[in-house]
Amino acid sequence: MSTIKIRSKRSDGKIQIRTLISHPMEHGRNRDKATNQLIPAHFIKQLTVMHNDKIIVTADLSASISKDPYFAFVLKSGEAGDKITISWVDNRGEHDSATHELK
Amino acid sequence: MRGNRRKFMQQTLVLTAASSPLFGALLFPEAAGAEIAVAKPVLSLLEAGLKDLFNGADLTETDQIGIEIPIIAENGAVVPLTITSSLSQVKAIYILVEKNPIPLSAKFVLAPELEVFISARLKMAETSDVWVIAESDEGLFSARKKVKVTIGGCGG
Repeated sequence: MSTIKIRSKRSDGKIQIRTLISHPMEHGRNRDKATNQLIPAHFIKQLTVMHNDKIIVTADLSASISKDPYFAFVLKSGEAGDKITISWVDNRGEHDSATHELK
Repeated sequence: MRGNRRKFMQQTLVLTAASSPLFGALLFPEAAGAEIAVAKPVLSLLEAGLKDLFNGADLTETDQIGIEIPIIAENGAVVPLTITSSLSQVKAIYILVEKNPIPLSAKFVLAPELEVFISARLKMAETSDVWVIAESDEGLFSARKKVKVTIGGCGG
């Protein structure tokens, strides 16, 4: 299952894009309560949002974004059927992407 | 008994004298303290971060950046934040939390197809200012808001 959820909503001709990604976003300074070992850093480094084939957002993130990051953006205009693609890469090189179709 | 006591006192004095350089350092720490002061970072984390990011370029404070964030965050692990701006041609938005171990939280590069609007959720280690810096064609603009954190975000 994809780790990315995308929702879109039209209001006043503009389109709000919301996304929720499931990711631990560990910054590497937390300790495991059971073993008292440091939990290694594991966070999303880069997030990209594409509208059809054009990149509209590139975000460099640090570990001080909350666990299971949520973002929202507002697109000035878009046609029904346009594709919104969101992808991420984390510091371990893991990655995922998901596509959503505007209504 | 008397002889023993005298002997003990003499020995104690001798010992104290022998170790006096050490005692001196403990009692008069100016000399030792000077080194610690030098080792302290001259810039705060935030200032250092800003210098790294913008090469020391000037920031203009503006009220054209709106930051919607709770004044009191009950849980520092999840602090919802919404940024809007009436500035034109904003190319990038930086979010910095002044007292986090790594102040720069995120950098968003926005295409002109987007409104200047970002929602995100931040972690905050402690009560501190949240800075939003917008980079536009006309330079760098900043706005900040203080957020009081009652439980730190370090616990994840």
